[in-house]
Amino acid sequence: MEELRAKAKELLAAGTVKVVVGYGEGSDKYRARAVFVRKAEQADKLICDARCQQNLAVYLTRSEVKAMGKPAVVARPPAMRTLLQLAAERQLAPGDVVVLGISADGKLLDLPDFKAIESYVATVPMDWESNPELARLEAMSSEERWAYWKEQFSHCIKCYACRSSCPLCYCSRCTVECNQPQWIFAAPHTLGNLEWHVMRAMHLAGRCIDCGSCSDACPVGIPLNLLTQMLAREVKSDFDQVAGLSADSEYALSSFKPDDKEDFIR
Amino acid sequence: MMETRILKKQALGTLLERIRGGGFRVLAPSKNDGHVVFKEVATLADVDCEAIQTTLSPKAAVFPRCEELVNYTFTAKNVRIEDHEFQATPTVLFGVRPCDARSLAILNSVFAWDVKDVFFQKRLEATTVIGMSCTKADDYCFCTSVGGSPGDTSGSDLSLTLLGCGDYLAEIVTEKGRRIVSLAEDLFGPAGKVNKEELLPKIPAKFDVKELTGKLPDMFTRNEIWAEQAMRCIGCSTCAFVCPCCACFDIQDEASRQGGTRLRCWDSCGHGQFTLHASGHNPRHSQGDRWRQRIMHKFSYFPDRLGYIACVGCGRCSRSCPADMNLLEHLESLVEAK
Repeated sequence: MEELRAKAKELLAAGTVKVVVGYGEGSDKYRARAVFVRKAEQADKLICDARCQQNLAVYLTRSEVKAMGKPAVVARPPAMRTLLQLAAERQLAPGDVVVLGISADGKLLDLPDFKAIESYVATVPMDWESNPELARLEAMSSEERWAYWKEQFSHCIKCYACRSSCPLCYCSRCTVECNQPQWIFAAPHTLGNLEWHVMRAMHLAGRCIDCGSCSDACPVGIPLNLLTQMLAREVKSDFDQVAGLSADSEYALSSFKPDDKEDFIR
Repeated sequence: MMETRILKKQALGTLLERIRGGGFRVLAPSKNDGHVVFKEVATLADVDCEAIQTTLSPKAAVFPRCEELVNYTFTAKNVRIEDHEFQATPTVLFGVRPCDARSLAILNSVFAWDVKDVFFQKRLEATTVIGMSCTKADDYCFCTSVGGSPGDTSGSDLSLTLLGCGDYLAEIVTEKGRRIVSLAEDLFGPAGKVNKEELLPKIPAKFDVKELTGKLPDMFTRNEIWAEQAMRCIGCSTCAFVCPCCACFDIQDEASRQGGTRLRCWDSCGHGQFTLHASGHNPRHSQGDRWRQRIMHKFSYFPDRLGYIACVGCGRCSRSCPADMNLLEHLESLVEAK
C-alpha cells in the first residue's frame, strides 16, 4: 500500500498524470470505493486490500474522468485485461493511461506498457476456466436451464447496473435505447428482461474479460457473469480467442478472413 | 388516543391465516436467493422479518415496475383505444418498516397531485399496511433525520412492535387496521402499560433537514460540489429503483401495425437518457447534473411543491449502490458546505 501511495504521489507531483483512479475507504469496514486523487498530498487516501474489487477501468471511458487529463489507474488483473481489451477495440492508445498494477497477492507491479501487461495477465487464470457454477448449469437439461434463467430474470428491475458497471459497455448509445425501430423491449417484463440480458451477453461474447462487476453490481443478485463466462468458453472453443489477453487482436465475431474454415460464409 | 392491544407470539401465524381467509393476498419480507424481498407468502414460515430492510421497497405493490395503461388497435384510418381495466387485488403488506410505511403517502402525493392516477389509487385503496417497528438499525439508516422514527406508526394501518417477551404490541391506527383486527378479535388481548420507546433502536438524527431544504436552492449552481460527489457514480438506476419514494416513470409503447399497448415503467434521473431531447441536447449533461437532480428533487422541489421530503431515510440506495454512493454522507456534507 505504501508503495502504491508513493508511486501515485510521484506521478502526480511530476505531472505525469492528472488523476489517479484508485480505491479509498468506503462507507464501512466492508466496503471500498473509487477515489479520484488529483493532488500528490491526497495520495494517502489510497488503499489496497481485499475489499478493493470494483473494476476501476470502467471510469476511464467516462467523459467526466477524461476531462481531468491523463489518468493512472489502480488495476487488479481483471482491470489489466480490460485495458488490453479496450486497446484492442481502439478505445485506448499506448501511453493513454499509466497502469498501477496490483498482483493477485496485492503487490505493486511495474507494467510500463501493454506488452508487460500481456505478459502478466497470461499468468493469471480466468474464473470461467474453473467456475463450478458453469459446470452446474451445463449439467442441467435445457428445460431446467430455461427455468433457472426465467426465474433469475424475473427478479430483474432493469436498473442497468450490469451495463453501468461493465468497463466494456462503453457504447454512447445502447441498443436498448434505440427506439426507431425498437430492437428490444425497454420494459422490465419477462420478455423485455430476457431480450436485454441475451443482447447484453451476446454483445459481450468474446469481449467480456471476466471481472464479475456485472453480477457484483446487480442489486437483486442475478449471477449475470455466468452468461458471459459461458460465451467466453464458446468463443475460446470455436475461435481459439480469449478476450483481454492482447492489446492487438481482431475480434472473432466482427472480423472476416478469406481462408475461414467455415464455408457457408464464402 | 390510538387503541392498543397485545398480539400473542404464537398467534402471528394464525393472524396471517385469518387475513388470507379474509380474501387478502399477503405480501411480506421473504427470502429469495439470499435477498429479502416482498413477495406473496402462504404461511408465517415464509416470512422473514429479521432483516433490517428488504432489498427492494414494497412500492411495487402500488406502483409496479411495469404496468399496462391502455390498449389500442388500428383499423383502416381509425384508432380504437381501450383503457386497461383492472381490479386491484385486496392486499395486506405485512412486516413493513415504519420508513417504508411512510413512503406510501409520499408516493400518493405525486399520483394524486393534479389528476388522480386511477391505477395507483385503486391499488392504494386495496392495500392495508401492517407495520413492524424496527428492532435494529445500521449505519445506513437515517429515518430520524427526515421526520421518521423506528417506531413511527403514521404510515401503517396496524402497527406491531415486538415486546421483550416475544408478544407484539398492536396499535390500531386506521379503520383498515381495525378491519384486520376484526378478522381475528380473539387473537388480540388487552394491552397493559408498555414503554414502546425502550424497545426501539436508538437512531440519532444526523442533520437538520430544514436547514438542508433551506440551503439547497442556493446550491444549484455549485457545480464543483455536485461533480465531486458524483464522480464515482456509474449512472445506473439502482438507487431510484430500490427507493420507496422514487416515482418517476417512463411511458413505453409496444406496438405493431395492428395495434399495441402503452406501458408505464419505472425510470430514473440517474440515466443520461432521462432528459435527452429529441434534438440531441441534454440539459443534464454530466453525472453531476443528474446527481444534483436526485438530491434537489427529493430535498428541495418535492417539499416545496408537495409538502413532503421525498426520502424516508431507509438507506437502501446506499446499501445497494455498486459504487458506494452514500446518500447520508453526501447530505451531511451538503449541510456542512460553506
